[in-house]
Amino acid sequence: MTDREHIAGSSHPLPPSAISRRTVLQLAGGSASFAVIPGVSAQPAPAPGDPGKVLQRVRLIVNGEARELELDPRQSLLDLLRETLDLTGTKKGCNQGACGACTVLLNGRRVVSCLTLAAMHDGAEIVTIEGLAEGEELHPLQSAFIEHEGLQCGFCTPGQIMSGVACIAEGHAGSPEEIQFWMSGNICRCGAYPGIVAAMAEAAGAG
Amino acid sequence: MTTGVIGKPLPRVDGRAKVSGSARYAADFNQPGQVYAVIVSATVGLGRVTDIDSTAIEVMPGIIAVITHRNAPRLAYDEHKSYIDPAVGERLHVLQDDRVRFYGQPVAIVVADTLDRAERAAAALNIAYEAERPIVDPLERNVEPIVPEAATREGSWVHADSSRGDPDGALASAPAKLDEAYDIARENHNPMEPHATVAAWAGDRLTLWSKSQFVVNEQAEIAAIFGIPVANVQVICPFIGGAFGTSLRTWPHVTLAAMAARQVGRAVKLVLTRKQMFFTTGHRPRTLQRVALGAAPDGKLVSLIHEGSGETSRYEEFIEALTNASGYMYSCPNVRTEYRLRPLDIGTPNHMRGPGEASGIFALECAMDELAYALAIDPVELRRRNEPAIDEAENKPFSSRSLMKCYDVGSDRFGWANRTYEPRSMRDGRLLIGMGVASASYPAYQAPASARVRLRADGSAEVEVAASDMGPGTYTSMTQVAAEMLGLTLEQVHFRLGRSDYPPAPSHGGSWTMASVGSAIRAACLAVKTEAARRAVVDERSPVFGVAHEEVEWVDGRARRRGDAAPGPSYGELVTIAGAPIEAEASSGRDPEIAKRYSMHAFGAVFAEVAVDPDVGTIRVRRAVGAYGIGRVVNPRLARSQCTGGMIGGIGMALMERTVLDPRDGRPVNAHMADYLVPVNLDIPMLEAHFVEEVDPHVNPLGVKGLGEIALVGMAPAIANAVFHATGKRVRTLPIRIEDVLSV
Repeated sequence: MTDREHIAGSSHPLPPSAISRRTVLQLAGGSASFAVIPGVSAQPAPAPGDPGKVLQRVRLIVNGEARELELDPRQSLLDLLRETLDLTGTKKGCNQGACGACTVLLNGRRVVSCLTLAAMHDGAEIVTIEGLAEGEELHPLQSAFIEHEGLQCGFCTPGQIMSGVACIAEGHAGSPEEIQFWMSGNICRCGAYPGIVAAMAEAAGAG
Repeated sequence: MTTGVIGKPLPRVDGRAKVSGSARYAADFNQPGQVYAVIVSATVGLGRVTDIDSTAIEVMPGIIAVITHRNAPRLAYDEHKSYIDPAVGERLHVLQDDRVRFYGQPVAIVVADTLDRAERAAAALNIAYEAERPIVDPLERNVEPIVPEAATREGSWVHADSSRGDPDGALASAPAKLDEAYDIARENHNPMEPHATVAAWAGDRLTLWSKSQFVVNEQAEIAAIFGIPVANVQVICPFIGGAFGTSLRTWPHVTLAAMAARQVGRAVKLVLTRKQMFFTTGHRPRTLQRVALGAAPDGKLVSLIHEGSGETSRYEEFIEALTNASGYMYSCPNVRTEYRLRPLDIGTPNHMRGPGEASGIFALECAMDELAYALAIDPVELRRRNEPAIDEAENKPFSSRSLMKCYDVGSDRFGWANRTYEPRSMRDGRLLIGMGVASASYPAYQAPASARVRLRADGSAEVEVAASDMGPGTYTSMTQVAAEMLGLTLEQVHFRLGRSDYPPAPSHGGSWTMASVGSAIRAACLAVKTEAARRAVVDERSPVFGVAHEEVEWVDGRARRRGDAAPGPSYGELVTIAGAPIEAEASSGRDPEIAKRYSMHAFGAVFAEVAVDPDVGTIRVRRAVGAYGIGRVVNPRLARSQCTGGMIGGIGMALMERTVLDPRDGRPVNAHMADYLVPVNLDIPMLEAHFVEEVDPHVNPLGVKGLGEIALVGMAPAIANAVFHATGKRVRTLPIRIEDVLSV
């Protein structure tokens, strides 16, 4: 993706959150027409015929599963995941793109899903914390977070881990200092940072 | 029976749930047919709501209800006050009148079928106010300090006034003296998880999936507010995404969620926005302090005067132990403390990690460092010369006190001996290097708690307490206590918390969870073993048949006659014979005699190294070492993580955290995670936490003192003292900012 290349090639690297802020500013692409499957949980897609509704049809692949949805174009990817698809592993910490708790992978890149409008990403592949393990087998970074005390309350943890997976894939986990820099978009208020860095270093080394 | 599970550095038992996204926090409990409530917050800091025009938003798609003081039900608000609420004053009664007492107070709720629609409508709601100018700065003229009434009551843990000797006279005649003022900014807890409540009524019964550090109090309080029986309310909170005190009390949004759910007849989810987390959910109060020290030339204190005041709201007197530690930290014959409140047009403050002590000890420890420099004495040595033999405020011995041992270990690990004494004497290239030190302390509390243990046929045990786990590892440490007491493996113990229908636990705060809940679990395990022994001795097939049950001992989960070698029946076999689980519930609390006899506190010594850029004034903590005497450590691995986390909180307090209020209307101008600065990964240096060996036979049966608060307490003064050592400049305000050191 161009954003990633831009950032990777920059002599003044931007913090990870900058990626998604840019993403929000992109215009929505055209969307193809798909059959609509109603949402599965608490917040249904608005009923057809609802006055004042503006809906957009979007197809997403979420944790490997194809979903076809009719969405309120204002809905963030985060609210779609949590309120419509009941994938509550992804957390809302600030809804302002400033804390990283809502980080997911969008086409392999880490984005803060609170500043990502779902309707703008027709056809995208989303991976959330629920989609990281292979069956019962945890992703190596998930195991490393347990092993190195990379968490306390656990609320920022899904975002930390999704951000960490991407950070390692980006090649930004070569040293503790590099990990600290490239993981600073994910706030941990409990202060489990030393454990997060140790977990990342191990997973990056093992990978 | 000891299997050595207590004290083992085990990984957390809830780790898998937390790394896989399956740990469910309040807002994760989506309910069938759920709708969404959004709070509309006042945009004036004082005054009245004069008009609310909801016609425009009522016709917006998906809007179900707009609730304001005009159409909200009059709630019972029956008398309810727990020890976590200010003893003086009355909680905010939400949507019951037109008054606005502080900026951000809830003035309406909008309920819609989707979150986006509720948010959109809430933002469009037209409200007219008659606004007055609030007073939100304690330094503003006409802000008169008041005596906190509760702190004058017999037995209060906070004392409005205390004194011994003649501190003012001794100060006047002291060979060396200093008299300085300290100003610590208001801080907001800002846990990563916003406050959230999902409320659902079934008839007159209410279930709340709600972020709470005190589920049984939330249950009782909501029952009182709605005027319904306590048993009709169930509060569920298995996981807390950090809280640091902000979820100790039950704030107005819980009432609003329940009110909205009843109004619309559906389950309602209400989550505060990050901005709203700065309005109605408490904060560390801004404090103004004065510390005066008088000393002999050898550094021995002859006078210690500590006066302080904290801000509070107009409707409640929030108190904290701001000046307590000055009474017992050092030996000094002449001591006076004074604690006052300054009521402002703000929401009521609340306990925040290390409440009272974190702010008060900052002032005391900065003053001690300053005294050390006034007398040309090493700061560690000054503490040694003033180490007391007993708690001189209470005139009784400490149950244990390892402060000097903490200084030994801390100095050694930090390399204090390599520090040069003179300010501005250490450099790394162009950077000024400073090393500072401070003492830390926090009381070792214990509150009454109950626990239930149920032995099952498969040999496992279920343990239930209405406790909480906001991150330190309650799930893990309590599992360890039960496993050790029952002689079971960790896998055989299923510990559950966070439901108000479990046996009651105290609030999850004040570093007393291990002491209180752990002791209750210990008691319940002993009780269930007694019950199992009673069953074993009346079972003819049992090797202990006919033995007095007191003669039965348990080894690795099996009963045998004391002294016998052959193992008898296991818990599981006894349960199978009994045909039903064997269950016992027990309570525990501190023996009041112990509290009369001993002063019980944890102590610590904190060392920090900073680098200050002399050109641009940036301050970085490069490394820090904390050594703590906290009694027994149940899980050193989790304790270390909790401790370094608290130290990081202290770095935030020292260098970053400050909620700035606009004096015109009381608006928090930096109510945003990008503007309210907290430490991020790159801010964090190498941190070490050490626990000195400390056996305290008095404090509670487990010998634990608690860690959550003290971990934060000494960090800010250690950093401030390091900044002085680096720059030669004393900064007595927090947070320390670039502009404070720019002139160096």
